[in-house]
Amino acid sequence: MVVRRRPQRGHRYTESPVLELALQGWRSRMVGLLLMAALFALIIRAFYLQVIQNDFLQEKGDSRYRRDIEVSASRGRIVDRHGDMLAVSTPMQSIWAIPADARTMTATQKQQLAGMLEMTARELDGRIAADKNFVYLRRQVSPESGERIAALKLPGIHQEKEYRRFYPAGDMTAHIVGFTGVDDKGLEGVELAFQQSLLGRPGNRTVIRDRRGNIVEDVGAMRPPQDGKDIRLALDSKIQYLAYSQLKATVDAHRAKAGGAVVIDARSGEILALANWPAYNPNNRQNLSGAPLRNRAITDAFEPGSVLKPFIAALALEQGKLTINTPIHTEPGRMTLNGATITDPYPHGVLTVAGVIQKSSNIGSAKIALGFSPREMWELYDKLGFGQTPSLGFPGEIGGRLRPWKSWRPIEQATMSYGHGISVSLIQLARAYTVFANDGEVMPLSLLQVDEMPVRGERVFSPQTVRETRLMLEMVVQPGGTAPRARVAGYRVGGKSGTAYKIEDGAYARKYVASFVGVAPISDPRLVIAVMIDEPSLGHYGGDVAGPAFSRIAAGALRSLGVPLDAPLQLAAADSGKEPL
Amino acid sequence: MLRFNMSLLLILVVCALALVTSQHRARKLFQELEQDQERARQFEVEYGQLQLEMSTWATHARIEKIARDRLRMIQPDAAGRPLALKTAGGR
Repeated sequence: MVVRRRPQRGHRYTESPVLELALQGWRSRMVGLLLMAALFALIIRAFYLQVIQNDFLQEKGDSRYRRDIEVSASRGRIVDRHGDMLAVSTPMQSIWAIPADARTMTATQKQQLAGMLEMTARELDGRIAADKNFVYLRRQVSPESGERIAALKLPGIHQEKEYRRFYPAGDMTAHIVGFTGVDDKGLEGVELAFQQSLLGRPGNRTVIRDRRGNIVEDVGAMRPPQDGKDIRLALDSKIQYLAYSQLKATVDAHRAKAGGAVVIDARSGEILALANWPAYNPNNRQNLSGAPLRNRAITDAFEPGSVLKPFIAALALEQGKLTINTPIHTEPGRMTLNGATITDPYPHGVLTVAGVIQKSSNIGSAKIALGFSPREMWELYDKLGFGQTPSLGFPGEIGGRLRPWKSWRPIEQATMSYGHGISVSLIQLARAYTVFANDGEVMPLSLLQVDEMPVRGERVFSPQTVRETRLMLEMVVQPGGTAPRARVAGYRVGGKSGTAYKIEDGAYARKYVASFVGVAPISDPRLVIAVMIDEPSLGHYGGDVAGPAFSRIAAGALRSLGVPLDAPLQLAAADSGKEPL
Repeated sequence: MLRFNMSLLLILVVCALALVTSQHRARKLFQELEQDQERARQFEVEYGQLQLEMSTWATHARIEKIARDRLRMIQPDAAGRPLALKTAGGR
């Protein structure tokens, strides 16, 4: 048996002196030191990144997945008193391009895009040849064509959501509603007057987006968008349509230059209708400027003429100097004051105070007016709001001209009694007539719907005076008055016609402003309606030109408001058929 | 001691996984919410457009034109009698 034995010779393996690791102390310390130094460097670096550079790096990281997005808010709507839309914003797409990228499009792509944008390929080339970083190709295209353009995935073509304002009622309410510019800024009318409340405030939020662009988380604070407030106007779009279409027909029929019509609710002072002609279509405002833009009823003052006479008569009644039946001598139909002569178109002889109004005698009203001191008359006109802006908050509203009473001479006092030498806007005139439509208070006007009833105004006349004056106003539209054509079938109405010469270059020209301001119905007034026709060339008397327009507007408005008839039906039968709408 | 540590580790791992899943689910749900909100916005826009369309169809001028021309309606006077008899009768 063989017994293996360990070789006895030599040393054991581990004890071999050759293999004895004679590691010198400095080398091991060196390695240890290097390792420590490396570790230390790492710690420093980590400290540097985590603490000192932290904000910068966090920002860089966030920018990879965090996005601030704007949440758009829409502009408030404008609606009428029944909630009918007058102005609405709806989103549209704006197509813009980065020209440098867009130039890489192929010819067919360009052709396609140009077709969709309704421009020629040359125009498109022209746009993207610009040396800019950003160029609008077309603003406010419909969302559908926006989607179709997006589907083409053209290089360098981008879209942006924008709101566009639409005006469903179009030219009918153009002057009162106004319009906005392309960037949601109100430029005219209510759009401008109520810009602050209509304007929405966009919100924003910070989100995390994933690789596919989906929003996966809201982070940080979020500001919700604030949509603009809706504005509810006092306007009644039915009456507005009536006023607008009748005004237009009247201006056409008399070949006039322009016209205005205002309908006011006698109880609340709300403006139910305000129409002007010429008008414009607010949905298509290309090449728009000048005359059609003017909101004449509010921004233009004119010499009103005889429509002021009832105020003079009412003041005389109020002072108790005269009664409705006091005779006034108007013969021979002319009168000279301070070297100037005033005349009546027809001599009337002796008239009662009521007759002066019914026949519209200038001499008669001048004689009544000369019984007042200038100050009394000025105070009357001032209380009625002449010479003061009506403070509707409407852009460009005008106060007209009422000179201080200290400078009045008798001739001026006389002419002012029949509406010359003083200028007012149509809306001021309509407002002044509200004194005859309630028991003697001049009502504050309102563009917006009035919730608080009853509305109180400033008292000018006593209820008794007003009742008597209303009877005089009614006589104007009766046979023998100046405006029989202003009658309304089935209703008692009253008003006063005005035929004023226009001033051109400082002198009165043979051009007229025909007007009629009336109250309906007389027994319990609900409406004040003022119609003004500028420079009619077929006929020029207020009663013949503006009277019929008043009649038709009043008839339609009273019916649409459901006001009960207050006249015997015989009159209705007698009038029917004569003036079909 | 070791067993105790191991069980803590196990709980930790389970919690971590639960966190990951719940985060994932939260994001899923959030996306759904987001999509529905987007849809709601679109419906609102559409509602606005439809309202606009409605009021365009319902303009007074258009109604009057159709009533007069197509339906041959006429306007009665205040007493309810037809004003223009020549067009009365209708279809």
